[in-house]
Amino acid sequence: MAPIDYPQQAKESLLAGIVALALTVPMMGLRTTSGQDGMVIDIRMGDAALTTLGVAVGHFVISLIRQALQQRSPKETKTEKSARLKSVAIWIGWASFAFALTLPVTLNLTENLGLHDKTRYYLDIGILVLTYVMLGWGLNIVVGLAGLLDLGYVAFYAVGAYSYALIAAHFGWSYWVCLPLAGLFAAFFGVILGFPVLRLRGDYLAIVTLGFGEIVRVVLLNWYQFTGGPDGLSRIPRPDFFGLPFKRSSSEGETFHQFFGLDYSSIHRIIFLYYLIFILALITNAFTLRIRKLPVGRAWEALREDEIACRSLGLNPTNTKLTAFAIGAMFGGFAGAFFATRQGFISPESFTFIESAVILAIVVLGGMGSQIGVVIAAAVLIGGTEMFRGLEEFRMLAFGMAMVAIMVWKPRGLLANREPTVKLHGDKEAKP
Amino acid sequence: MSEPLLTVEHLSMRFGGLIAVNDVSFIAEKRRITSIIGPNGAGKTTVFNCLTGFYKPTVGRLVLAGAEKEHYLERMDDFRIGQVAGVARTFQNIRLFPAMSVLENLLVAQHNKLMRASGWSVLGLFGVPSYRRAEGAAVELGRYWLEKINLIDRADEPAGDLPYGDQRRLEIARAMCTEPQILCLDEPAAGLNPRETADLNGLLRFIRDDSGVGVLLIEHDMSMVMEISDHIVVLDYGQKIAEGDPESVRSNPDVIRAYLGDDEENDDIDAEAIGDRQ
Repeated sequence: MAPIDYPQQAKESLLAGIVALALTVPMMGLRTTSGQDGMVIDIRMGDAALTTLGVAVGHFVISLIRQALQQRSPKETKTEKSARLKSVAIWIGWASFAFALTLPVTLNLTENLGLHDKTRYYLDIGILVLTYVMLGWGLNIVVGLAGLLDLGYVAFYAVGAYSYALIAAHFGWSYWVCLPLAGLFAAFFGVILGFPVLRLRGDYLAIVTLGFGEIVRVVLLNWYQFTGGPDGLSRIPRPDFFGLPFKRSSSEGETFHQFFGLDYSSIHRIIFLYYLIFILALITNAFTLRIRKLPVGRAWEALREDEIACRSLGLNPTNTKLTAFAIGAMFGGFAGAFFATRQGFISPESFTFIESAVILAIVVLGGMGSQIGVVIAAAVLIGGTEMFRGLEEFRMLAFGMAMVAIMVWKPRGLLANREPTVKLHGDKEAKP
Repeated sequence: MSEPLLTVEHLSMRFGGLIAVNDVSFIAEKRRITSIIGPNGAGKTTVFNCLTGFYKPTVGRLVLAGAEKEHYLERMDDFRIGQVAGVARTFQNIRLFPAMSVLENLLVAQHNKLMRASGWSVLGLFGVPSYRRAEGAAVELGRYWLEKINLIDRADEPAGDLPYGDQRRLEIARAMCTEPQILCLDEPAAGLNPRETADLNGLLRFIRDDSGVGVLLIEHDMSMVMEISDHIVVLDYGQKIAEGDPESVRSNPDVIRAYLGDDEENDDIDAEAIGDRQ
């Protein structure tokens, strides 16, 4: 560990300052303004000097901090790094879980304290982010675990949304019956698509799935009698709280606020929707974590690594890929059903290719196969763009820059760290 | 002659106008190491690919005597050959699952058994005890083979991080974890140093004597082939030119001609020189 070489640092910072001076003198120090007799040069050497000083001091401070950090954590081995990443991921996971769990309460409290007056708005963003987290986790099964590049994931989202809307509107069944049905329909579509195309690999598969996504949207757009075409489907039944509707009054028995003796407030429904998607997302996560440790989960990862070796070991590649496709599609369908009931209105507009691209970006940026990475990426990509809606078109610029930055510094995603599903040494899971 | 395990009859494989394998017949037996040797391009790997279903042979019959019935390999899908008939193989260029841990590699090899135990994942999701027992047994089998190949300490590391020689042995262990009838090894000693080759010989002998499977071996390292083979089949330009125990193959004039060319001066060159030429 070498001590910090202060004179050397000072010299480098001085050099940075000189470069800054050379730039700031013509650029900031001399400014043309229109005076009475035409253009006049306004000399502002004070500004230039301040900037130069700022650059030099800033350079010095930053390089000191960087060196101190390097000295504190010298060279960590691969195992240490993966252990550190793992603990960071677990910590972030529980922190975001706690944050998401208490968000409605926190928002309500802070609104009562007069800190803000937009509980409904923030909850809506929360619902949106959680929807994308769920979609990301669903797609993570297909892309992250099984390694099948799916550019048409939004098709299953659409199938789920339309299945729910049509079933609920035509048969009037409860949300809790329609939700699994929507998932099943989406899984069924996953199998139908998967069967002919899963012999393709890599880029070819991506193109076919992209086409499938568009076909679904175009069918929805043109089959007017069935889907309402570009008009979409409206008046989709809202979910109820196990039979208690969220209404001011109901002709058929009690409503939610009457049953619990609360004052009527429209926020109840939003909070309910928030927790509904929260639980759905948690189910997706629990399911993925669990199935990863089962033989089929390991087979997905093995297929991603080397399909020929899998064949030689007697794994049926078609069936294995189909299960991944169908299960990923099923969670897309659940999310779609939730989307339909939340919006109350769906149209093909909501299921364009850009949605697929955003979901895929969430998975890739988060780190393929990383559950926590998906949460962070969804929060940044969806929550971030919503929060900065005021900045208009600049937010897309920032979005693009963030993507480039991540691809430069973390090409494998924010949290790309794989934990073995079974361990022989020092782990409880190896011993049943 | 003990029990014939694999019977290859009149195997031919054509790629368009090229005849890669032409009317080759041989028998591989249980508890014996059968080697296929021959100069580059003789069709050795093609024979393997036909056996393991990666190619469908143009002509020929491949019969594997299973425990209950005979399997006709030429009619089966590639993954069924591993799943039902019990043919396991390794690859000339190693094909492990590099991002998965060493132990996971061995568990993937036991996929079909574990899938049944997990009730095609449904029961496994709820963690029923019978599945947990099956998984425990699978880990034990993995541990058994890891001890055999001296990789027990690195069981939880990604397979891609292992040195080359360890990866070779891990691939053999993975093939053995499928509990096969016959183990097909495609140049297992390629790129190994003499000490590693000696270790490998020990492992192959152990597999032959202890687990009672038949071993089919393609190899270029003549000293290794001559040392451990019980039976040798020599191919040249897709034809079988000789067959027999190491001693008779070593002195067979056709074999010497195939390796060293048709030259009067080479008449008395023996297999030592054949080995050196590789």
